[in-house]
Amino acid sequence: MDSRADELIEAFGLFDDPMDRYEYIIELGKNMPPMEETLKTDDRLVKGCQSKVWLDASFQEGKVHYKADSNTVITKGIIAILIQLLSDQAPKDILNNDLSVLSQIDLRSHLSSQRSNGLTAMIQKMKQYAKVFELKNED
Amino acid sequence: MVAKADINVESIRKDFPILQQEVNGRPLVYFDNAASSQKPLQVVQAIEDYYNNFHSNVHRGVHHLSQKATDAYEAARETVKDFINARSIKEVNFTKGTTEGINLVAHSFGRKFIQEGDEIVISTMEHHSNIVPWQMICEERGATLKVIPINEHGELLLDEFDQLLTEKTKLIALVYVSNSLGTINPVEYIIEKAHEIGAKVLLDAAQAAPHQKIDVQELDCDFLALSAHKMMGPTGMGILYGKETLLEQMLPYQGGGEMIKEVTFEKTTYNELPFKFEAGTPNIAGGIALKATIDYIHSIGWDFIEKQEADLLQYATEQISQISGIRIVGTAEKKAGVLSFLLGDHHPYDVGVILDQLGIAVRTGHHCCQPLMNRLGIEGTCRASFAFYNTTEEVDRLIEGIQRAQKMLG
Repeated sequence: MDSRADELIEAFGLFDDPMDRYEYIIELGKNMPPMEETLKTDDRLVKGCQSKVWLDASFQEGKVHYKADSNTVITKGIIAILIQLLSDQAPKDILNNDLSVLSQIDLRSHLSSQRSNGLTAMIQKMKQYAKVFELKNED
Repeated sequence: MVAKADINVESIRKDFPILQQEVNGRPLVYFDNAASSQKPLQVVQAIEDYYNNFHSNVHRGVHHLSQKATDAYEAARETVKDFINARSIKEVNFTKGTTEGINLVAHSFGRKFIQEGDEIVISTMEHHSNIVPWQMICEERGATLKVIPINEHGELLLDEFDQLLTEKTKLIALVYVSNSLGTINPVEYIIEKAHEIGAKVLLDAAQAAPHQKIDVQELDCDFLALSAHKMMGPTGMGILYGKETLLEQMLPYQGGGEMIKEVTFEKTTYNELPFKFEAGTPNIAGGIALKATIDYIHSIGWDFIEKQEADLLQYATEQISQISGIRIVGTAEKKAGVLSFLLGDHHPYDVGVILDQLGIAVRTGHHCCQPLMNRLGIEGTCRASFAFYNTTEEVDRLIEGIQRAQKMLG
C-alpha cells in the first residue's frame, strides 16, 4: 500500500459520524484548484455522473497530471480524492492501482448506486487518459 | 374503519409501516411524495389477498377463480368511475400510468384527428411525458406544437394562451398541478376557451389526483390521465378517462387479446369500450389494489387530506422563508403541496445528498421538466413534496437539515 492511500485511510479513520466524512469531502472539494473554463469541453465531460464532471490530463516527464472540476462540491471532493491517489504518477502505476483503498475507507457504501456509477466512470476516464499516454510514450 | 371525526395524522401513520424506519441512523422523513407516495397496509393487503386467494386471468373464464378475479377487477372500474365521476365505465380505461394514458391519446386521437398544419398546445411547465408524445405525433402528422408561456411565479400567461388559439388548434394538453412548482392551473378557463373553438383538452392529473377530488363532468375535460402510485396506490397502474364519443371514434392503441371482438386473417373487429384500448392480460392486481386505494382515500376523506397538505405547505413555506439565501421556485397564488427551492448558489444535488444523510428524502434535479428549468434559467431545484401522512415535526427536521447543509456547504 502506498503512502497516499495510507494518508487517506488515516484521515477517514478519524470520523465516526458519516456527516463528518461528508464535511471532509466538501472541504476537499472546496480546496481543489479551479479548472480553466476553456477546459470545460464536452470531450472532457465524464458520462454516467448525475452531476457534471470535467476531467483533463497532461503528461510531463513521464507522469500524468490530472485536473478536474464539477458543478457540485461533493462530487468535486470525491474526484479530489481520486486525484490525490492517482495524479503525478507514471501511467503504468495508475493502470495497476486497483484503488482498493476506496473500499477500505468505505467510500462506495456511502454513495447511492447512481453516484457509485459516476465514481466508476470517473476512474475509467482517469485510466483511459493513462492508457493513452502509455501508448504514446511507447511510440 | 376509523370514524372520520377520529382521523388524525398519528393514527394514519400506523397504516404506513414504511414510515416507521430509520435512514442513516435517523427517523425517515419522506418528502418525495410527488415522485411516488407510500402505500397503506390496506392496499398491500388487497394485493396479497388477491394473489393468495383468487388469482386467475380475467374475462371469459368459466371457472370460479376467473369469475371472482373478473368481478374484483371490474368492481375496481366501477369504483374509479365514481372516484372521477365519469358517466360510465366505458370512459374508464386502465393503463400503466399517466405516461401511457398520454401516449395512448397522442397515438389514437392523433392519428385520427390531427392533420397536416394542425396545432397542439401545451405549456412551459409540462413534464417530459406531456411533451415528448406530442412532439412525436406532431412530427408524424406534420402538425405544430405551441407552448403557453409562464410568468416568474410559475403561472400560465392566460392572455398569451388566448392568442395561441386558432382554428388550427385541435388539442390542448395541460398539466393540472405542476410536479416541480406545485402550481394549480386554471384548467376550467382553459377548457372553456378550448371548447369555444372546438379544440379538445387532455389534463395530466398525475399530481392533482392525490390532493383533491376530481370530477371529470364538472371539469368537462375530454381526456384525463393519472397514475395510481402517486396517490398511495400500486405502481404500473393508471387511469385514462376519455369522453365516450371520442374514444369510440379513436383507433386502437395496441393489438392483441382482450381488445378484439372477432379475428380472422382477413379482418379483425375490435371490442367495445373500454376493452378496445386494453390489449393483453391486464394488471389485475393493480386494478384490485387501486380499488383498495380509493376506498382508503375515502376512509380518510378529502377534507382531511386537503387541509393537512395545505397546512404543511403553508408551515413549510413560512419556515423555509426564514432561512437566508433561500429561493422558493414556484410562488403561484394557487399551489398544491410542493415546495421547490434553491439554497444560495449551492447545487441542489449537494443539498439533497446532505439531507439524505440526515434521513430526509427529497428530490433534486430538473424533475423531468428541462424546458421549464431552461425558462427559469436554473439547472434544477430541491423539491420537498408533502402527503397527508406527513407532520409539521417532519417539516422542522427539513428546516434543520437545510440549515445544517448551509453550514456545511458554506
